[in-house]
Amino acid sequence: MIVVSRFRMLLTLGICLLGLVFALVPLVEQKTFDKLPQFLQHTVTLGLELRGGSHIQLEVDVKSVEKEHQESILNETRRQLRQQNIRYSRIFVQTIPDGSAIVLLLKDEKDIPAVMKILSKSDGLDTSVNGLNITATISKVFLENFTKRIVDESIEVIRHRIDETGTKEPTILKQGTDRITVQLPGVEDPAEIKRLLGKTAILTFHGVDEEMRSIRAKMGEKVHLPSKPGVIYLPEENGNGLVTYVPIKKKISLTGKSLIDAQMNIDHETGMPCVSIKFDSIEGTRKIAELSTKYLNKQFAMVLDGKVLSAPVFHAILNNGSARITGRFTMQEANELALLLRAGSLPAPLNVVEERSIGPSLGADSIADGKIATVFAFCLVAIFMILSYGLFGFFSVISLSCNIMLLFASLMLLGATLTLPGIAGIALTIGMAVDSNVLIYERIREEVRSGMRAMTAIAKGYKMAMMTILDSNLTTLVGSIVLYEFGSGPIKGFAVTLALGTIISLFTTFSLTKSIIAVWMKRNRNKEIVV
Amino acid sequence: MFRLHLIPYGSKFDITGKSRFILTLAVIMVIVCFSFVIFKGLNYGIDFKGGYIFEVRMPSVPNITDLRARLNECELGEVAIQEFGAKKDLMIKLEKSKEGSDQSIAIKKVRDILGEGVVYKRIETVGPKVGEELVSNAIKAVAFALIAMLLYIAVRFEWQFGVCAIAALFHDCALIFGMFSIFPMEFSETSITAILLTASYSINDTVVIFDRIRENLKRYKKMALNELVNLSLNETLSRTALTATTTLLAVLALYLFGGKVIASFALPIMVGIIVGTFSSIFVASPLLVFLNIKRKDDDELKNSDHGVPANLG
Repeated sequence: MIVVSRFRMLLTLGICLLGLVFALVPLVEQKTFDKLPQFLQHTVTLGLELRGGSHIQLEVDVKSVEKEHQESILNETRRQLRQQNIRYSRIFVQTIPDGSAIVLLLKDEKDIPAVMKILSKSDGLDTSVNGLNITATISKVFLENFTKRIVDESIEVIRHRIDETGTKEPTILKQGTDRITVQLPGVEDPAEIKRLLGKTAILTFHGVDEEMRSIRAKMGEKVHLPSKPGVIYLPEENGNGLVTYVPIKKKISLTGKSLIDAQMNIDHETGMPCVSIKFDSIEGTRKIAELSTKYLNKQFAMVLDGKVLSAPVFHAILNNGSARITGRFTMQEANELALLLRAGSLPAPLNVVEERSIGPSLGADSIADGKIATVFAFCLVAIFMILSYGLFGFFSVISLSCNIMLLFASLMLLGATLTLPGIAGIALTIGMAVDSNVLIYERIREEVRSGMRAMTAIAKGYKMAMMTILDSNLTTLVGSIVLYEFGSGPIKGFAVTLALGTIISLFTTFSLTKSIIAVWMKRNRNKEIVV
Repeated sequence: MFRLHLIPYGSKFDITGKSRFILTLAVIMVIVCFSFVIFKGLNYGIDFKGGYIFEVRMPSVPNITDLRARLNECELGEVAIQEFGAKKDLMIKLEKSKEGSDQSIAIKKVRDILGEGVVYKRIETVGPKVGEELVSNAIKAVAFALIAMLLYIAVRFEWQFGVCAIAALFHDCALIFGMFSIFPMEFSETSITAILLTASYSINDTVVIFDRIRENLKRYKKMALNELVNLSLNETLSRTALTATTTLLAVLALYLFGGKVIASFALPIMVGIIVGTFSSIFVASPLLVFLNIKRKDDDELKNSDHGVPANLG
């Protein structure tokens, strides 16, 4: 005799009903849906391939920042060596199998401790001494932390920039060590956002060297640029395919980091679009005041990502922390620059490595097809089960329906995303979920054949099959947990569906099917049965 | 009352008797499939190789030959165009030819060639590096999952069971990879999921049979191992066939009604279920006979029967 306690039966019934409610909620009209209590307002989150939108995967160019970092260490070391009068024959960057290293060739062995002291001032350097050769590499741990920090900062800036465009519900996630995935539901053409993310938007203010001349040239033309230490020529576009190379002091006088606001505006004098910026009240305001005092009636340059925006002259001392960035902007460009300045600059350049955009029609088709396929799968399995096991087959169809509802409900509650393979996974769960029932019924048949009375056979068959079901499902569960732990992207999604399907199928078999059979047995205690 | 019986009651197929032959066959199949994968390779989709996919609905029925010629002129990479459902619907694939070519420019070029009035259902561009990472991650995750399941089975059963189950899984994976290579089906991100599904089905199937073997080992202490495995296989055969049928029915529904994308995913799963069922019956279990499971009263048996297998039945 199979007996299920009243409490357990009620609990089972309750869980199934709850599953039913949650599974039905997304089917009600939007109006009714909004009126529902908060805890009921769950719907299936559709993956991008089902709802339409764009998916961009970006690679953070950590290498270039790493190189910059190394260069600054090199310069600092060189400066210190000069200051302390340590003589050396060469200091240079050498490519090694795992990246690059700073190599220093000394002239005197007794300088080694002093040099080591200088090098130890820079964080995260691994140093090794070989005779008069000192090699310094950036340590792995430092590099890992460095990469992590840069990627995290980039994510923050990306989020700001995308929020500024007004895109709804973007998903921005770290992927691996140096990748970032951006998902933009409803955005069919991500060109604009890609352009926004393609700019590092580092704004700097520099003085213009007065002794050197600006050089005008055609765009793309090769020009010989004179050189002077501490000065670099950067291009400024003049329109009509002309470029002016402006001699700029390398020293950064002011950066866009201390900005608190940037807005598109129209320049009163020229009638051209410009960007008005506001610096923070303490440091930024002081610095711009200093800069404008120093360069009063002299030329200075505003540089964005290695290009001169404009090189105007300070006509007055700026005391209130406000300034205007002028240049050859269209309205849209000025707007975009203002947005980028508000959102902050990226710590490293980003490269797009993967991009997918899916129109909404394709997603709708897939959902429709998926629904039909799921219904057909259910019907085929139901017919087959009833043909094979009669009334007991019908019982398994009931628990199968509960299984599907609970699967949907838990996917919704977990906020898991339903993807195309996910739909296929659900349809497949339908096929596999009846397995436990098949195991039990086959076992019962065996017991009947071995001459047992029907009722005893059911009880015994159920008990014997339990072990098998537990073992086979636990094996799958162990596998799916490990897949979840170590897998990425689609594999993780698959692991979630598989694990949920397994747990729910265990629940329906041990509680629901068991309860149904227990009730049925009680009612038909003395009848002859055919399984 | 009518009942459908796929396997007649009391089947007595001699499965372990032919195990040497079948196992040899399985090994040959695995070797053949592996050589195909190694020498012919897989038909990687752009998920792995990098490139572009456009799924479009043209305003009118297009001239594909002409379109292909014009796309080839752009030198974006190898072009493949196929009808996708209706005649107006096209799937255009461009394999990325050179590293670092600008994606937006390539997409713009294709848009220009296709002209006005085209509905873009899907545009994908993938860099090859992403694919490499995908594969290495997948392999790592699957390897760990296999080890975990091996351990679980070894703890719950005996280590031999674990080894046999993993051998069967290995066989399944080899055959599916082989199928992807022999009938050059595109190997994409979803194919990995299909293989994982197959693997989880197969391990499930194998464990059910193992469970019966374990039970019979306790019940028939003196039965010869091959006899016992054969008996267990026959006892569970009906269930194996039934579950395979229900699962196949569900996947068949996916294949027939799920639309093109799901169908391409359902096909390898169908093959996988057949292969997985085959391996549970013909690979995992017969292999156990060769691995000599330690039975609790082995020593007793040796004493009473002088090392000769116990009397049969």
